[in-house]
Amino acid sequence: MMYRSLFPRDVLSELDRLQREMQQGLHLSPSIRGIARGGFPAMNVGGTAKSVEIYAFAPGVDPATLDVQIEKGVLTVAGERKLDPPGEKATVHIDERFAGRFRRVVTLPDDIDANAVEAKYRDGVLRISIGRKEDAQARRITIQ
Amino acid sequence: MSENTAVSKPDARDDAALQPPVDVIEDTSGITLYADLAGVPKDKLHLHVEGDALTIEGEIDLEMPEGMESSHAEVGLARYRRVFTLSKELDASKVAAEFKNGVLKLSIPKAEHAQPRKVQVKVM
Repeated sequence: MMYRSLFPRDVLSELDRLQREMQQGLHLSPSIRGIARGGFPAMNVGGTAKSVEIYAFAPGVDPATLDVQIEKGVLTVAGERKLDPPGEKATVHIDERFAGRFRRVVTLPDDIDANAVEAKYRDGVLRISIGRKEDAQARRITIQ
Repeated sequence: MSENTAVSKPDARDDAALQPPVDVIEDTSGITLYADLAGVPKDKLHLHVEGDALTIEGEIDLEMPEGMESSHAEVGLARYRRVFTLSKELDASKVAAEFKNGVLKLSIPKAEHAQPRKVQVKVM
């Protein structure tokens, strides 16, 4: 008698892949501003004891058109990405890249110093580094 | 990345990569491909053509202060990878690449014999 597994190997590996993809996709904390996954630019946020670091993945944007503002503890990154229009007789086969105006908003922690901001654009990534207030740093107590 | 990594099967975790968004536009002279690879410096971009497969690979290299802890990450992997199959009328040996501000532009011309020519229609 021929034995056929109910779950052949390839199905299992397929499920494994799906699970991995879902975990990657859901690795986010909920926020009142929603989860703008797929929004442009994609953003990563991190921090150290001295600063808050924001990375906006905005390739192909003219840095002069980027508008970065901090107001009332909220950081706004806005700008426009213009793409070369295809020629008249050209055929567009795949069209996935974002084009047009964009604006993204990030809530900042309370202890940031809005006067100690640095923004750099390199390799298509805008890095905004915001210092934390001195007194907030001093309040941190090391537990031994 | 060396050539043979594509041949030897890396384990599943190493294999995980982001799929960069692309635009593919075709005109009479060939195909133009744009790919968004934000955060990839020029020396960490790898392009190779093997047979009819064009592979675009890049590693993200961000400047991070020491001891940084991530609190929110939409870009959760540090690698991009995407493979395209080229059709035979394209001349893979003449691919021209430009890479600026995280955007890759590839121009893949059509082979000489596949260039357009007008077909005469005879009226019988």
